[in-house]
Amino acid sequence: MTRAFAQHLGVLRAVLRRMFASKLGGFLNILVIGIALSLPAGMYLLLQNAQGLVAQFSGTPQISLFLEMSVKAEDVERLRDQLARHPAIAGVEFVPRAQALEQLKQSTGLSDLIGGLQQNPLPDAFIVHPKPGDAQALDTLRGELAKLPKVGEAQLDSAWAYKLEALLKFGRIGVLILASLLSLALIAITFNTIRLQILTQRDEIEVAKLIGATNSFIRRPFLYFGAAQGLLGGIVAWLIAAASLLLLNTQLDALSQLYASQFVLRPLSFGDSLSLLLFSVYLGWLGAWLSVARHLSQIEPR
Amino acid sequence: MISFNQVIKRYPSGYEALKGVTFDIAEGELVFLSGHSGAGKSTLLKLIAAIERPNSGSVLVNGQNVGALKGGALPYLRRNLGIIFQDHKLLFDRSVFDNVLLPLQICGFDHRESGKRVRAALDKVGLLKREKANPIALSGGEQQRLCIARAIVNRPSILLADEPTGNLDADYAREIMAIFNAFHQVGATLLISTHDESVLQDSGVRRLVLKEGVLQ
Repeated sequence: MTRAFAQHLGVLRAVLRRMFASKLGGFLNILVIGIALSLPAGMYLLLQNAQGLVAQFSGTPQISLFLEMSVKAEDVERLRDQLARHPAIAGVEFVPRAQALEQLKQSTGLSDLIGGLQQNPLPDAFIVHPKPGDAQALDTLRGELAKLPKVGEAQLDSAWAYKLEALLKFGRIGVLILASLLSLALIAITFNTIRLQILTQRDEIEVAKLIGATNSFIRRPFLYFGAAQGLLGGIVAWLIAAASLLLLNTQLDALSQLYASQFVLRPLSFGDSLSLLLFSVYLGWLGAWLSVARHLSQIEPR
Repeated sequence: MISFNQVIKRYPSGYEALKGVTFDIAEGELVFLSGHSGAGKSTLLKLIAAIERPNSGSVLVNGQNVGALKGGALPYLRRNLGIIFQDHKLLFDRSVFDNVLLPLQICGFDHRESGKRVRAALDKVGLLKREKANPIALSGGEQQRLCIARAIVNRPSILLADEPTGNLDADYAREIMAIFNAFHQVGATLLISTHDESVLQDSGVRRLVLKEGVLQ
């Protein structure tokens, strides 16, 4: 066990030595991989942040039903029953107009102004919690509720959040396409790097086969090289994303001060960072594996 | 140990290198394989290491039918063979030491043990002082000895040598034969192909003579 481990470690050391010996060429490869991966990673990062923003502002969607000023207590009871029995509604809450005014006073700090009013301008209202559904279903429900008798107006809160959400879905597909294409590019880069390595080490491979090397022994350094190159590329991508974020955040800070809000872009989470690195390691390994499978069998000692 | 039975080897070009060769080599035997160049000596050695496969007949090494071995079993056959190639097949991108280390790395020896073995092998062929040199800086005779060190470092039970004294002057050739004799003393089986008369004069050694693909 330890012996096998030491052997693998030895291969890894040799691979890293070779990588650092190639200096510029190896560095450029890693940079190209890093840049290729940093694009989808950065876009993903921005989307994640937008997603956070949506979640922060929308919460669960609700529909506010503002009743006509003329409603009587029995109308309210009837409406409450009707709403409670509706299949698309999870719960209702009644907000009497007096309570609404009180809340307004407290939350806006306009108590002086409101105190000066002759009468309460606010209607009674229901807050309807719909069962989970997509934006369209919610909109249909809103239209239906608006037509109920004694209902003045039905407002779907967080409609904009739904629109943004739809936009984000669009963006996510974009990221997915970009990530797939650039992953292919990464595999291709590794494939070619390993191909060149196999060609330059033809003699070594031939001799190794002649003195009893198994195919996995011969394959191993190339696979490790691909994986190590992928890992370093992934680290470069992470650094690019992190540095861009830092730049954006300094600018965003000035902006959010103007709007008296506090909004900063959050960096990639630990889990996402780990996924990025594992994914780039895997792609490097895969590219190397394909290359080795394609080229190694062509080298047979004579 | 090595046994050929009616072995025929025909190359794709149609050239027949071996035309029904039959012989046996016992364990611990030292045998010379002689004949003019083109007589099929190299082909015969390649068949033992399964670098080439026979078209008909059987090649047995250690009781294994080498001609029918699957690709995955080849490495384990070859680890049991020490092969000294006519063209040396040394690697010039690494030191003398690392060239000899390669077979041990392939078999997965641990670091300390393999270091000792490499130095012991280099000592046997008299190259211990050159361990850090690049093989390209060695003379022809030294390169040949390095090739021997690499072949014996793994302590194989069978040693195959293809024209080991080919381009060397008589003194070097004698030195190399002395190394082979020492290896023979400790019980290894050796098959040495040569057309070097000075080597063949060594009396008392069994000779297989090939002529145009047929054993004489």
